Amino acid sequence: MDNRTEHSEGPNGHDNFHERPRLVKGGLTFNDITELVSYHAERKTPKAWFAAFAVASSGAVLLLAMLAYQVYNGVGVWGNNQPVAWGWPIVNFVFWVGIGHAGTLISAILFLFRQQWRTSINRAAEAMTIFAVICALIFPTFHVGRVWAIYWTLPIPNQMEMWPQFKSPLLWDVFAVSSYFLVSLIFWYVGMVPDLATFRDRAKGFFRKRILGFLSLGWTGANRHWRNYEKAYLLLAGLATPLVLSVHSVVSFDFAVSILPGWHTTIFPPYFVAGAIFSGFAMVVTLLVITRKIYSLENLITIDHLEKMNVIILVTGTIVGFAYITEFFMAWYSGLEYEQYAFLNRAFGPYAWAYWIMMTCNLVTPQLFWFKKLRRSIPVMFALSIFVNIGMWFERFVITITSLHRDFLPSSWGYYTPTMVDVLTFVGTFGLFFTLFLLFLRFIPIVAMAEVKTALPESDPHHYEGDGQAAATSDRDAPYIKPSQGYQSYRGGRQGTPLSDDDEDSSAA
Amino acid sequence: MTLIQEIKASMGIFEGARDGAYGMLAEFPHPGALLHAAEETREAGYRQFDTHSPFPVHGMDEAMGLGNSKVGFFTFAGGLTGCLGGALMMWWMGAVDYPINISGKPFFSIEPSVPIMFELTIVVAALATVGSMLALNGLPRPYNPLFYSERFSRATDDSFFIHIAAGDAQFDREETAAFLRDLGAQHVELIYEDKAVDA
Repeated sequence: MDNRTEHSEGPNGHDNFHERPRLVKGGLTFNDITELVSYHAERKTPKAWFAAFAVASSGAVLLLAMLAYQVYNGVGVWGNNQPVAWGWPIVNFVFWVGIGHAGTLISAILFLFRQQWRTSINRAAEAMTIFAVICALIFPTFHVGRVWAIYWTLPIPNQMEMWPQFKSPLLWDVFAVSSYFLVSLIFWYVGMVPDLATFRDRAKGFFRKRILGFLSLGWTGANRHWRNYEKAYLLLAGLATPLVLSVHSVVSFDFAVSILPGWHTTIFPPYFVAGAIFSGFAMVVTLLVITRKIYSLENLITIDHLEKMNVIILVTGTIVGFAYITEFFMAWYSGLEYEQYAFLNRAFGPYAWAYWIMMTCNLVTPQLFWFKKLRRSIPVMFALSIFVNIGMWFERFVITITSLHRDFLPSSWGYYTPTMVDVLTFVGTFGLFFTLFLLFLRFIPIVAMAEVKTALPESDPHHYEGDGQAAATSDRDAPYIKPSQGYQSYRGGRQGTPLSDDDEDSSAA
Repeated sequence: MTLIQEIKASMGIFEGARDGAYGMLAEFPHPGALLHAAEETREAGYRQFDTHSPFPVHGMDEAMGLGNSKVGFFTFAGGLTGCLGGALMMWWMGAVDYPINISGKPFFSIEPSVPIMFELTIVVAALATVGSMLALNGLPRPYNPLFYSERFSRATDDSFFIHIAAGDAQFDREETAAFLRDLGAQHVELIYEDKAVDA
């Protein structure tokens, strides 16, 4: 970068904007970012990846086996029985859909708020969204009992000449979740096209070149393309924002539109959305704490990124806790004895253990994030994010099971327990989730390279005005975390390739 | 220039010259230089040119004299189609083609239709956004003569390029190459329909 243009008579280019702390640490250049991210998709598959993949895909196979068993024998293999018609399958469905929400929040809402720190984590978070929604969709699909007739939920002409019942919240849910999946997938792919082009331009093998050439659509980084692309990305973010808020609202309608005490409350939509973001961010922290370490992305996904996510966990966790307390207040204030009983039964009835796990994990433990030291501690945030995942699963369990297990007729009261098939199916979805996530880590640009580059001050054309040099080097002394041994030797081997040497020659031409 | 050629040029798909030349490709060291060069190129009267960078460069649309993107119109049209189409679908299916009386509820009313109308608004608008973005960009475009340039593979990594099409009225091999060098280009290449040579 010693070759500067002549038009540098203007005042010093860097303003207050550049005085902000750097999002990317260690003074990385554009090329460093490309190399750091591409390395993982281009090197030989590490043995540890195969080991992890073996474990995860065994889980996916377990899921397939359990679903096959369920389809062959019927829904009776699960623990659901009247009055608890919605057992674990619906609990798991809401759990997985909720997890997905953080990805869209990071990719769309934070984009609209110009939160540039999102660029390092949005790709992985969106991947998580898509995989979580896939896991979620499995449950209602099989819960209908006759999975071969699931297309009846879509407005497709069929031999009965009947149409779906559009007045049912369950059908709203079909539309909401499938729209969410489709839009998230499109958003993810569109965001990935420039990075796939980067991979294509670096590709060596015959098939790799062609597959990436196909997927990257002939992208050349042309400004005539960026112009429409940026507009489309902004609009997609604008569309995904109300969508993500609507999805969990519609999921909550499944409960809230019924007349069951414990479900029939107007607080559900905002409370479900806050809970979804809460659980989703916890899952992102769980995944990224591991990923950034193993994939030596500490300079891109910095401790500051993790801290910001922990702040969001603290805020949304407190909102969720506030909603739990509000529900109690509303039950008391309603003066309705059935409503009051439903909530007392929740906290002190046979499922009190689940209720207090939920309260502890969702309201109490996240409060530790008030302390900056704990917020920035990797082991603490990892443990707390696991707690949140557990707590949010129990929240859905408490809402679904405790409201159902004692209905209006005391003769049908009972204690719901899941069967082994329930448990193994749920374990299996984790297998599927991690299988897909590992494939993502192996083959796809795991960090949005083009977007991270725009977060560097060097990407601003006015950065080069004035002395420029000062701004370029001011943060060079930021702590650079050394990547793994493997990456260093890989990087060493690449240096001195003809492409990077030519720069000096050509400046003479 | 015909209308078709003009539309294609707006997508960055330029006509080559008779002798098989496609354009002049110049490499610049950083986005600041690229922005400056694009301003000067436009000032000099070139119209059929494009810049290539690994990320969108702020202010480049103004520098190149490109207006606002038209994607938004398609998004709006898509959203409107989804919203009204969804309402129409639910009304026809529920109240016209096969009305079923459930607890005496109306066959069609707006309130329970809102969630699905909303979701369809978003889905159709999103599909229209991406579809129109690709259409306005002329993508997918698997073949591009610029790919013959070795250096151009770094346009998606850390290099910055200007490409002036050979079809531009003002294009002249010597003059354009000299002009780009004057702007501070580190390297200038002449791109043909089937090869790239140093200029």
